[in-house]
Amino acid sequence: MINFQYVRANDVADAVRHIATDPTAKFIAGGTNLIDLMKDDVERPSRLIDISRLPLNTVEETTDGGLRIGALVPNSDLAYHPLVQSRYPLLTSAILAGASQQLRNMASTGGNLLQRTRCAYFYDTATPCNKRTPGSGCSAINGLNRIHAILGTSEACIATHPSDMCVALAALDATVHVTGPDGERTIMFADFHRLPGDTPQRDTNLRPNEIITAIALPAPRFVTNYSYLKIRDRLSYAFALVSIAAALELEGGTIADARLALGGVAHKPWRDTGAEAALRGQPANQATFTRAADLLLRDAKGFEHNAFKIDLARRGIARTLTQAANGTPQSQADKKVR
Amino acid sequence: MPSYIGTATSRVDGRAKVTGTAKYAGEFGASDLVYGAVVESTIPKGRIVRIDVSDALRVDGVIDVLTHENRPHMAEAPGAWKDEVAPDVGSPFRPLYDDIVMFNNQPIALVVADEWETARFAASLVRVDYERAAHATDLYAVRDTVRDLQKPFKSSKPRGNASAAYAAAAVRHEAEYYIPIEHHNPMELYASTAVWNGDGKLTVYDKTQGVQNVQRYLCSALGLSSDDVRVMSEFMGGGFGSGLRPQYQVVLATMGALKLQRSVRLVLTRQQMYELCFRPATIERLALGATTDGSLESLTHEAIAVTSHYEEFARDDTTWADGLYTCANTNYSHKVARVDLCTPSDMRAPGATTGVYALESAMDELAVALKLDPIALRLRCYSEREQGEDLPFTSKALRECYREGADAFGWDKRSPEPRSMRDGSELVGWGMATGVWEALQVPITARITLTANGHAEVACATSDIGTGTYTVMAQVTADALGLPIESITVKLGDSTLPQSPVEGGSWIATSIAAAIGTTADAVRAELLRRAQQMPKSQLAGMSPDNVTLTNGKIVSKQNPSHSALIADVMRHGKMDRIVQETTAKPNDIGKYARNTHSAIFAEVKIDEQLGIIRVTRVVSAIAAGRILNTKTGHSQIMGSVVWGIGMALHEETLIDHRFGRIMNANVAEYHMPVNADVHDIKVIFVDERDDIINPLGMKGLGEIGIVGVAAAIANAVYHATGKRVRDLPITLDKLQR
Repeated sequence: MINFQYVRANDVADAVRHIATDPTAKFIAGGTNLIDLMKDDVERPSRLIDISRLPLNTVEETTDGGLRIGALVPNSDLAYHPLVQSRYPLLTSAILAGASQQLRNMASTGGNLLQRTRCAYFYDTATPCNKRTPGSGCSAINGLNRIHAILGTSEACIATHPSDMCVALAALDATVHVTGPDGERTIMFADFHRLPGDTPQRDTNLRPNEIITAIALPAPRFVTNYSYLKIRDRLSYAFALVSIAAALELEGGTIADARLALGGVAHKPWRDTGAEAALRGQPANQATFTRAADLLLRDAKGFEHNAFKIDLARRGIARTLTQAANGTPQSQADKKVR
Repeated sequence: MPSYIGTATSRVDGRAKVTGTAKYAGEFGASDLVYGAVVESTIPKGRIVRIDVSDALRVDGVIDVLTHENRPHMAEAPGAWKDEVAPDVGSPFRPLYDDIVMFNNQPIALVVADEWETARFAASLVRVDYERAAHATDLYAVRDTVRDLQKPFKSSKPRGNASAAYAAAAVRHEAEYYIPIEHHNPMELYASTAVWNGDGKLTVYDKTQGVQNVQRYLCSALGLSSDDVRVMSEFMGGGFGSGLRPQYQVVLATMGALKLQRSVRLVLTRQQMYELCFRPATIERLALGATTDGSLESLTHEAIAVTSHYEEFARDDTTWADGLYTCANTNYSHKVARVDLCTPSDMRAPGATTGVYALESAMDELAVALKLDPIALRLRCYSEREQGEDLPFTSKALRECYREGADAFGWDKRSPEPRSMRDGSELVGWGMATGVWEALQVPITARITLTANGHAEVACATSDIGTGTYTVMAQVTADALGLPIESITVKLGDSTLPQSPVEGGSWIATSIAAAIGTTADAVRAELLRRAQQMPKSQLAGMSPDNVTLTNGKIVSKQNPSHSALIADVMRHGKMDRIVQETTAKPNDIGKYARNTHSAIFAEVKIDEQLGIIRVTRVVSAIAAGRILNTKTGHSQIMGSVVWGIGMALHEETLIDHRFGRIMNANVAEYHMPVNADVHDIKVIFVDERDDIINPLGMKGLGEIGIVGVAAAIANAVYHATGKRVRDLPITLDKLQR
């Protein structure tokens, strides 16, 4: 870990001012990922701007019936917030599928969006990694890639985004509110994270010196027919091999509307509106679910150790849609998959 | 007086541990304390051409950087670096000895600074140029280079003609099994605090399973006088074998203290602990031939395990069947292949954990081929005598393990066909396996100091690696002296105390109990001798065997009204204490096989669509003689079962063989079971009377609990799915293959 300056921001404008003065400065809130990366010398910020005391820690109803979630609301608080539990249970479920209780207590909403990949090569400075050191090469493409991406990969990077919460936010049409030197703007969740392309060092479309201030959710839907299923190598405290957020609106046995997003399969939470369209207007049955899964996975590409994810995702999608359709969402406390 | 032996006595050190007053190696301080941080190699093999520490030395607060170029004197002769459990063959690793790199993440420099973060930052500034050499870390890639052990196991003699008998056998099974490298991952980080006492004298607080082993090693390797080094390890947060040999941090911390003449603390990072030692990756080939009724005609067990290029580490994987099954034709061979990693080490039941996994998986496959119940097959082949040397067992209640385990599990309700049992969307599988381990005893010395006020201190240099040694020493001493356990103080983990070998091999509890027994006998004899010197002694003419110590009195066994108060005896003798010290050696019991045994039953439920595996029930029935402490014993077995679940389903050290680097060196990505993966575990201690092995009829429990667990789970997975996965861990993708 390198030596760094520490400053505390007084308000959002102050935070933006601080970050703009130093190109290698970083914001720190919960620090659950940044500190690890600093210990491993992957992140080497000259300055940490502590934003943890900014007044961005409330969950408020918006005039359009949605919610505005402050960027500093801890993951645990968000998951257990009564308005989130009652109106956006998919979000609660996805958050509780992630990390451990201790990490969720520390991790912030905004920080969750900005966590870096768990690709082992990214963390090991003795190995090449285009995301850490652009142009050095991707060690994972021909290496240990069992946990890596099957969708939207590039020659430069096959890393995945590790968040569970973001998969639900992608499915729920969230927007990201940011503030930068040029003022405020909002980013649709689907446009927030990037595919690696030839610039895998950039995880998101945040501009330099912007800070996330809030996540907004539209008016609630999918309160009854939803599920978040996380498939992993042990039943808790492991990153997803494949995770699936599914939400349906049913009219009789027919799907009126659908949301489908995957985690653990791509450089960003993978939402496929084409697959959702294929669900719409169809009967809620296995044939429909499988067709949607096939459509979502049509361009999936496996590597030496992760090709199993394609079939696993196909089965997982069908299972999660079944759970959603039946109104029996996956419990994150049960010690079994439903 | 209540008897403590055999009861569920709570840990006497429990309060100290949970309240934080128990201090661990990295928690000791000194007024002149400075902090070390290790610089590691980033290549697996080669030579350091240049090591530039100038930037590191420029950092404010950095005191020194030790490298192979400027380190203090150390012994050159490899023999000087051999600790008491070092492999016989090879030359142990000598940290900072020279410019040679033998494995990735090898320590190549120690930065010492006034703050730990400063040391760690400066460590990142050390620049190293290497000359690389070709390396190999993959067992399968070096399989062709496999070689016989330079020091073979004496137990591996062939019997009969295994290949001919195999060729002639009516039913045959042959397969290869694979266990990857696994790591110990004890909770406590490896740490050493070398406290400089002036005049070249050091007290070294070290995380180790053997303080005297470390003390002798440091003196020998660094040329120190035995009087100048005291090694302490009063508490240890888990070892599992990783602390049997002195680890490099104790050498670096001590060298730092010697060079700077001040106290140095070095705590390794979790990542650095992955290049200390590990369970070797092993390929196991089993070939079993049987008659149609299930009598074993031929048994071949061959193992190939990795070792380092500089030492031959090997533990016998292949002869465990000799303690379990009769078979006239056997062939066992254990070979090693060298890779560019650090030397592997003992890890809970070394050899058996891996070897019996393969053996008991193969036995299950043979049972399937024979259409025989897995327990029936094992009973058909049950050996009443150890097969290798044709010895009787001191005791072997394995039949009772099968019976009581099967009853508790409900094995009779098992339907034998694979995929024939279900629970909703889950396939249900029931599997079982046998476990076996050694019941060893080692020479060890105990000292008892009994004071006139009715308090006793029992002391030995052994360690308590978290297993409950403090507690069992207190129990045995209390019973032997007839005192309440609250009146016993236990001292251990100090190299100046009476001798002890390393705590490992499941041998300490039984060994120290024997030594406490003989020492208490000596205390009693001395008390009686003194009592008989008192006027009108009621105990006149009695021998030590005729009296016991109870409630502060020496009492005649024949006539309990004849007694003497210990306080009176001491007063009369003008003493305030009696001190006795004796060494107990393993009983000369003649030629017997000494083993613990077990039967493990596992239930798995597997989501048919997704392949997610849960181990919903485990019953472990253990035969280990008389159980000294049913509470700590139960915990030992339960912890072992959890580890067995990890071995079966989760644990694997991932190495990128192109770089020769471990890529999951942390407990987030090196998976072991978490609470959610652990369901119902039932531990049964079957009644096993053993009048031969030692006076208390006890056997050690440290390791038997893990042996066979992975096989029982793997066999259950087969029973659930019809799919046999022969390379661990059984992850869900392997069920799809």
